[in-house]
Amino acid sequence: MNSLVFVESGEGKIRKLSLEAVAYAHAMGGTVTAIAMGSIEKTELESLGKYGATRVLHVADDRLNQHVIQAYASVLIKAMQDENADVLVLANSSLGTPVAAKVATKIKASLATNVVELPNTSAGFLVKKSIYTGKAFAFVELPNSKKVIAIKKNAAEAKEVGGTANVISFTASLTDSDFNAKITSTEKATGDVLLPEAEIVVSGGRGMKGPEHWGQLEELAKVLHAATGCSKPVSDMGWRPHHEHVGQTGVKVAPQLYIAIGISGAIQHLAGVNSSKCIVVINKDADAPFFKAADYGIVGDAFEIIPKLTEAIKAAK
Amino acid sequence: MKILVCISNVPDTTSKINFIENNTKFDVAGVQFIIGPYDDYALARAIEIKEATPGTTVTVLNVGLVETEPTIRKALAIGADDAIRVNAEPTDSFFVASQIAEHGKGFDLILMGRESIDYNSGVVHAIVGEILGLPSVSPVMKLELNGTKALLTREIEGGKETIEIDLPFVAGCQEPIAEWKIPNMRGIMSARTKPLKVVEAKGVDQSVALKKFELPPAKGAVKMISSDNIGELVNRLKTEAKVL
Ligand SMILES: Cc1cc2nc3c(=O)[nH]c(=O)nc-3n(C[C@H](O)[C@H](O)[C@H](O)COP(=O)(O)OP(=O)(O)OC[C@H]3O[C@@H](n4cnc5c(N)ncnc54)[C@H](O)[C@@H]3O)c2cc1C
Ligand SMILES: Nc1ncnc2c1ncn2[C@@H]1O[C@H](COP(=O)(O)O)[C@@H](O)[C@H]1O
Repeated sequence: MNSLVFVESGEGKIRKLSLEAVAYAHAMGGTVTAIAMGSIEKTELESLGKYGATRVLHVADDRLNQHVIQAYASVLIKAMQDENADVLVLANSSLGTPVAAKVATKIKASLATNVVELPNTSAGFLVKKSIYTGKAFAFVELPNSKKVIAIKKNAAEAKEVGGTANVISFTASLTDSDFNAKITSTEKATGDVLLPEAEIVVSGGRGMKGPEHWGQLEELAKVLHAATGCSKPVSDMGWRPHHEHVGQTGVKVAPQLYIAIGISGAIQHLAGVNSSKCIVVINKDADAPFFKAADYGIVGDAFEIIPKLTEAIKAAK
Repeated sequence: MKILVCISNVPDTTSKINFIENNTKFDVAGVQFIIGPYDDYALARAIEIKEATPGTTVTVLNVGLVETEPTIRKALAIGADDAIRVNAEPTDSFFVASQIAEHGKGFDLILMGRESIDYNSGVVHAIVGEILGLPSVSPVMKLELNGTKALLTREIEGGKETIEIDLPFVAGCQEPIAEWKIPNMRGIMSARTKPLKVVEAKGVDQSVALKKFELPPAKGAVKMISSDNIGELVNRLKTEAKVL
């Protein structure tokens, strides 16, 4: 089996979810070729060897520093053909998912997104995907000779297995139509831990009372190297930016630890956090439904508990 | 201007998910079906555009069996002008997208939700775009029309980007693109007589096959910790849960 792995990068760094995609392809067996686009250091690309890629195709086209979905798809379509790859693996993301759909359509591949574990290839090619917003899973057979798989966080562990990958330059001729959705500006938080990739998330709800109290929560997040999240009403009221809103209609997170503070635990919020390994709930109401979905719970006032917890974590370091 | 809005018919967000027939079939018992919440945003934005732009028509399309008609009628009650139901079980994304593409020619705008909340694939808009040779953008939080151009805000991890695009295109929508609309009495009355065309599906090669469903393992009981003993929480997170 030949697999091609599309790796995303931002600020010159390969995204963690893409390392998991390389690890996923490596664990499937066969040869693994990665492909990256835009400006990125050679050493960063070579380091993909550690996770199991033998070669890395690099498309050093400055126009691809912006995440132009159609252009990315066109490059990948050509790479799938040139490399005679059977499977394309990439991360489920705002870039990866639409690119996966476009490539799969063009090359007539079987497509699966939200894939949560390695395929079962004992008879055919069976993948497990998350459905009903994390409330269930489906096992889906991918019968076509070409397959495109978009993986969710934790589908494979990015562990070190190899050495240095060979970086090869790759070109694809792109046309104007590849750029007809023109990105005129990008606003992005830099340096912060991205919510979908975070291993720890500290999330606040309406119980936080107002945006002016988020300093406390951010302080806690900082000592934990955590990303901050929130419930839907909190982003609806503009206390926090929309991209921090967790749940059915927001970001689905899958951290090791999710700390929910002043969030009641409505089913729509739980839908976004049910892939967390461990959930801690802090709420002043002992009957808050979130406690039923939690591993650990503390009944109490957020504004008393957050500073104590921050200190306790500092002390434990 | 002609707008097509594609709606999925999905279990209400509070539904308890269960499967029957040896985990091969979704259990509809006691489940209420709704317009997909994201699709509802797409519909609301389409109606807003219709209200602001005389001569605009909004068509809703659903790929589904006869039991989806109440959901389609609701979209008509909210303000769509007419509807198409492609009479088939929506088995997979490529199948659904192929049906939509079959009826999607000639529209200036094809609006969908960013994802359905049953399969959550988030791909139908991109596949439709690819089949029709149109650009597709998702998830769109803001859509402003300016003649034959549109200005879109797309959400990305940790931020957003602004995109300039020519009509026609396909968009997957999410909040805060518009406020959900609730049908009023007049809308509900008039929806009964608005045209709902039922068409048969075109044949599509099956590219994926659903074999079985599974529910996640049940969660263990919560361990309550006293608010006077935060140290114990930190300790347990380290040694018991091993997440710190
Ligand atoms: C179609 C649909 C989709 C939705 N999608 C989402 C989604 O994606 N994400 C989402 O979050 N919601 C979503 N919702 C909304 C959801 O139903 C709830 O309304 C929402 O999650 C409630 O947010 P909350 O817990 O912050 O607020 P509340 O329900 O008001 O809860 C506040 C909590 O804070 C506690 N509290 C108050 N003061 C304190 C204090 N001082 N210290 C500690 N605790 C305190 C209270 O006891 C309470 O439990 C959706 C709803 C619908 C209908
Ligand atoms: N059966 C269907 N009929 C019409 N539109 C659909 C159907 N399924 C999905 N869609 C549309 O495609 C979008 C993305 O769906 P999905 O790729 O399944 O997550 C949804 O938000 C709907 O707008």
